Amino acid sequence: MPEHSRAELLLELADDELILGWRDSEWTGIAPFLEEDVAFSSIAQNEIGHARALYELAARDLGTDADALAFDRAPEEYRCSPLVQLRLVPDWARTIARHVLYETADAIRIAHLKESDDVELAGLAGKIEREEVYHRLHAEMWLERLGAEERVRGAVDELWPYALGVLDPPLRPRLAERIGRPEVEAVERTAPGAEFAELWDEMTMVRRSAPVGAQW
Amino acid sequence: MIWEVFRQERKGQPFVHGGSFHAPDKAFADAYAREFYARRQESIALWVVPRAEIMTIEEFPDEFDLKYRRVDGYSIKARLKEARERVGSTERARAEMPALPASEREEQRAGTLES
Repeated sequence: MPEHSRAELLLELADDELILGWRDSEWTGIAPFLEEDVAFSSIAQNEIGHARALYELAARDLGTDADALAFDRAPEEYRCSPLVQLRLVPDWARTIARHVLYETADAIRIAHLKESDDVELAGLAGKIEREEVYHRLHAEMWLERLGAEERVRGAVDELWPYALGVLDPPLRPRLAERIGRPEVEAVERTAPGAEFAELWDEMTMVRRSAPVGAQW
Repeated sequence: MIWEVFRQERKGQPFVHGGSFHAPDKAFADAYAREFYARRQESIALWVVPRAEIMTIEEFPDEFDLKYRRVDGYSIKARLKEARERVGSTERARAEMPALPASEREEQRAGTLES
């Protein structure tokens, strides 16, 4: 496996959190019931908050700023995993399957980063983890409720290769163990597809339309 | 299933009713209560209770108008005034009495205790 630079690693993580935050926020106003609408929107917002913190750290290494990394790159420069790019509204079963798989994979990744020799990285991972605990509880309670349903089981089958692609290969056996499934060929991070381009267009529209020199 | 939330803003303060929400079980109630009532650090603790578990009591018959049992049941002002006047008059009477020698005062007090 080629060695990542710190900035590359941070961008993968940040892009995952940003894009998942956007995808999850597509449920705002149309989640299954009011309470869940508020809770899921709040989780989406948390993910974007994590993305910001990760971009800020990467921006220092790269001599730029967080907004430029989040919104000024071309669509093909994003490194987010295919799992987070999928547009899943209005399918709540697939959304819950992704939520459970992503949060489990993310927990493994964050735990790994917490052990990093890089104090900044380990510290940020610790902060992110304190919020992710509640995302996992949220994912687990939904899995508990819907996990036996045919549609959710099917969605987990479908998304399993995508979930593996969230993690670097050395961490994948841990995910397989936690989810209780055999490792299969993962859907790897490649240049994002057409579905992502559409999201990118929407996501960067405001920033692209701002007059030159606008401050946020 | 409806859950009622009571929130405490600061240590030592009483829990105050904050509102209610729907959740199918305890795990969902836990998640939603955190999101709705503590996400912005606006509470330091929450009580989350199924509404059905709360005993509501709202009938309190008062057929005989027993308002004297309440602190505001009768005017204490008039009674206080009366009492003060009574005390004032005895004090005046005592003050007007000739002073007894110390030994006799002791005897008098001991006598009161015995009786």
